[in-house]
Amino acid sequence: MRWGVLQFPGSCDERDALHACERTGAEARLVWHEERDLEGIDAVVVPGGFSYGDYLRAGAIARFSPAMEAVSEFAAAGGPVLGICNGFQVLCEAGLLPGALLLNESLRFTCRQLDLLEESSGQLSTPGYAQVTTRTLSIPGKHGEGRYWAPPEVLDALEANGRVAYRYAPGQNPNGSARDIAGVRNEAGNVLGLMPHPEHAVDPLTGSTDGLKVFQAVAGAQA
Amino acid sequence: MAKARVLIRPKEGILDPQGKAVERALPALGFEGIGQVHVGRMVELEAEDPARLDELCEKLLANPLIEDYEIERL
Repeated sequence: MRWGVLQFPGSCDERDALHACERTGAEARLVWHEERDLEGIDAVVVPGGFSYGDYLRAGAIARFSPAMEAVSEFAAAGGPVLGICNGFQVLCEAGLLPGALLLNESLRFTCRQLDLLEESSGQLSTPGYAQVTTRTLSIPGKHGEGRYWAPPEVLDALEANGRVAYRYAPGQNPNGSARDIAGVRNEAGNVLGLMPHPEHAVDPLTGSTDGLKVFQAVAGAQA
Repeated sequence: MAKARVLIRPKEGILDPQGKAVERALPALGFEGIGQVHVGRMVELEAEDPARLDELCEKLLANPLIEDYEIERL
């Protein structure tokens, strides 16, 4: 198993992501934003940071990079893709995931350890707000533009189809995200985006290894 | 080349914390009676083919899901 971790000018979490992939026992290499060859790569991380300086809107410019064109084709063919923070913003801008990430309601950059409720996917969920929480993960969040937003009918559809992957635990929503949503997946289930940073929770030294579970879940999610 | 100015603003109904923050700061500076403040962006450009400006706005300058835009030909 080999991960490819995209690297844009302004990325800052790509090396932690690389390290996280390796800690799951897989191989990993960086993919420069001008590269469009994903040959030999089994899963992709679009990492956190401030790609292209977050100019215009977070993720707006990265989406047009050659590497992202390759990722769109990769995702359409069922390849697993994990977008973290800025990577989540890029995937939303690219239309690979629904919705958008807006400025935090507080207007403050937030950085803290968060409890995330991981929700079951499609088949197990019942329509409405009642997806089943399968486990709680302790993962840090750090961002200034992490308020997940989508029109109410899109949110309803995401919930009804088990596409809300993670929610902030009650009372921990750090940014004003709609319905406490921290991460969503695409319809096929092979593309996942979340604001918190699983790649920063892979070593007991920093308090939690729950982030590895996110990487493992994505690696197992070929569509 | 045709000059144009594109105004981009948050869609109505979507919380605009920047606008709110500006609005809340105004009374402290002695500006009373100002409300409904919204903060957007402005992009100025010159285009060889202004017919494609809409497409450009839809694809890059604005995110039509969360923002409205207005093209002003100069």
